[in-house]
Amino acid sequence: MSTDTIDDTDRTPTGGFAAEPVSKVGDRVFSGLSRGAGIIILVTLAGVAMFLVWNAMPALTASSKEIGPGGDEGNGKGFLSYVGTLAFGTVWAALLALLIAVPFGVAIALYISHYAPKRLSRTLGYVIDLLAAIPSVVYGLWGIFVLAPTMADHVYPWFSDHLGFVPMFSGKVLASGRSMATVALVLAVMILPIITAISREVFLQTPRLNEEAALALGATRWEMIRIAVLPYGKSGVISGAMLGLGRALGETMAVALILAPANVYSLKLFTSQNPNTIAANIALQFPESTGLEVNTLIATGLVLFAITLFVNLMSRRAARGNIF
Amino acid sequence: MSVSTVEIANAATTSPFDNRTLTASGRAMIVAASLVVGVALSAVLGGVAIVRVVAIAAVLHTAALYLASLRIEGRRRAIDRLMTSVVTGSFVLVLIPLVSVIWTSIDRGAARFDGAFFTETMRGVAGAGGGAKHAIIGTLIITGLAAVLSVPVGILVAVYLVEYGQRNRLSSMITTMVDVMTGIPSIVAGLFAYSLFVIFQGPGARSGIAGAVALSVLMTPVIVRATEEMLRLVSNDLREASFALGVPKWKTIVKVVLPTAVGGILTGITLAIARVIGETAPLLIASGLAQDTNLNPLSGRMTTLPVMSYYGYVAPGFPPEAGYDRGWAAALTLIIIVLVLFTAARVIAKVLQPKGFR
Repeated sequence: MSTDTIDDTDRTPTGGFAAEPVSKVGDRVFSGLSRGAGIIILVTLAGVAMFLVWNAMPALTASSKEIGPGGDEGNGKGFLSYVGTLAFGTVWAALLALLIAVPFGVAIALYISHYAPKRLSRTLGYVIDLLAAIPSVVYGLWGIFVLAPTMADHVYPWFSDHLGFVPMFSGKVLASGRSMATVALVLAVMILPIITAISREVFLQTPRLNEEAALALGATRWEMIRIAVLPYGKSGVISGAMLGLGRALGETMAVALILAPANVYSLKLFTSQNPNTIAANIALQFPESTGLEVNTLIATGLVLFAITLFVNLMSRRAARGNIF
Repeated sequence: MSVSTVEIANAATTSPFDNRTLTASGRAMIVAASLVVGVALSAVLGGVAIVRVVAIAAVLHTAALYLASLRIEGRRRAIDRLMTSVVTGSFVLVLIPLVSVIWTSIDRGAARFDGAFFTETMRGVAGAGGGAKHAIIGTLIITGLAAVLSVPVGILVAVYLVEYGQRNRLSSMITTMVDVMTGIPSIVAGLFAYSLFVIFQGPGARSGIAGAVALSVLMTPVIVRATEEMLRLVSNDLREASFALGVPKWKTIVKVVLPTAVGGILTGITLAIARVIGETAPLLIASGLAQDTNLNPLSGRMTTLPVMSYYGYVAPGFPPEAGYDRGWAAALTLIIIVLVLFTAARVIAKVLQPKGFR
């Protein structure tokens, strides 16, 4: 950055030249401070990437026999095989959650923005924001104490009995309910407030004239929503969904508490064969890990970072309306 | 099936007087009928339980209303009614888990939500008893440190983006990086803090300050975003009036711009604190679990409420119920803290709102 302070001031529409002659020292110091803070952000992020790569290196360069389950006895299968099931489980759980949460999120957002009475809708918006801030460990406890047993007793057996021919629903239902289906449901409940909050905001921003024009042409409320609100809010819904996906990918405690993990690739929802997620695996293994195991976990964290980075990039594009 | 504007226009012009609608008594009949059939059906399917009756009645009501409306009011009105039922129904359906989360926390958390919980630690406690004093203190220290680290940086970055760096390369780079930071999974932030402090404290080290660094990585971008938004709302007239009086730029920012936006900035900070105070994963990795109060964030493990709640389930001790109860009580305490912070944010926003924005 070779531009000096005065130059910057000149270019800002707010600054002008007025400030220049009075107190150069104060301005230099303050603009330097704020620029320094900006640079701290860049340094921190570079630091995050650097430290992760640095600490992941030993795992990435070690011989494959040392990595993964049984690695300390030389029976490991290598980092790629280790991170493979974890990455699969991460993406699979997040996608399932997204599949459940998006339709409901949009419906609730519509309810709050266009169906509920005006006074109620404000309060509801506030409640939804609040729900987004409930700690994930609470959702995890709820999932393991309330949702998992309820679903395993009443819902999963029904699916397994009547729809068992669908591969996803096949297999023996895990009696504790600590299966992928429960994880997906809890993740869906967790990301629902995020998707709802963002969708609601864009739905509320639909130009009033578009809505009134539709109504004036005799459209029913649903037709008005279809021709005026939904097209306008599409990019907002997509970026909300992407944000939700990002949170579901990185969600740790709920998954760590609920899932009974196995080291497998499996699409089955109700069985004991559930691929773990990267984040939950780190939380479960890290406190007991030493040496190369720690490096391996950090390397999986790096993979998670890459996945979420990709999703965030997509979400930024979606917000600008560049994809879909 | 697509509803074109033309179709709507035609419908409106060709049948302006054909407005046969479902009467109130008709609708009441549909509601009553679906309830009766709901009770009957659920009795056949295995006992009258409220949940089953309501579920069956709701589905029946949706279908019956659609069919009745289809016969009397036509396809378009029928679809409108169907969608109203679907949207309202999904809203009610989603309320169930959300209400259940809150209710379960209150119900199960109440068992140990007592005086001892707030005045005792877990030192030497194996089964029942003990408390969360150490975890509450740990939460306050770590979150406080995280705020101290990220609030000044966050505000200054926002000031740079809005007041100094408009449109230059550095500021667009910072904006991108803040976006990236927003998306960092919390556990990755924890791994970063661990990796950083391993250098100073050796392998396996856990400390409060490491947890605070992890949290501030998560917190800073939220504060930057909130502050940036607020500063952009401050009217340019104010800045120009100040410049016209010969006030230097930095003084204008400190004495005019920031005070005008202070309500929004404080709200943003409070919400950011509410977001990170419940973070478990990074603290599990960076700060670990301790049984006793640790007032020194620079060395030694430090427990926080969410971590205690997690271990209350994972390592409950014997009998496990005591550990579960402590875990739930810690969860309830967290929810209450978040609730208080949210309410505080609202009050701050109301009280400090500059007059021009009311």
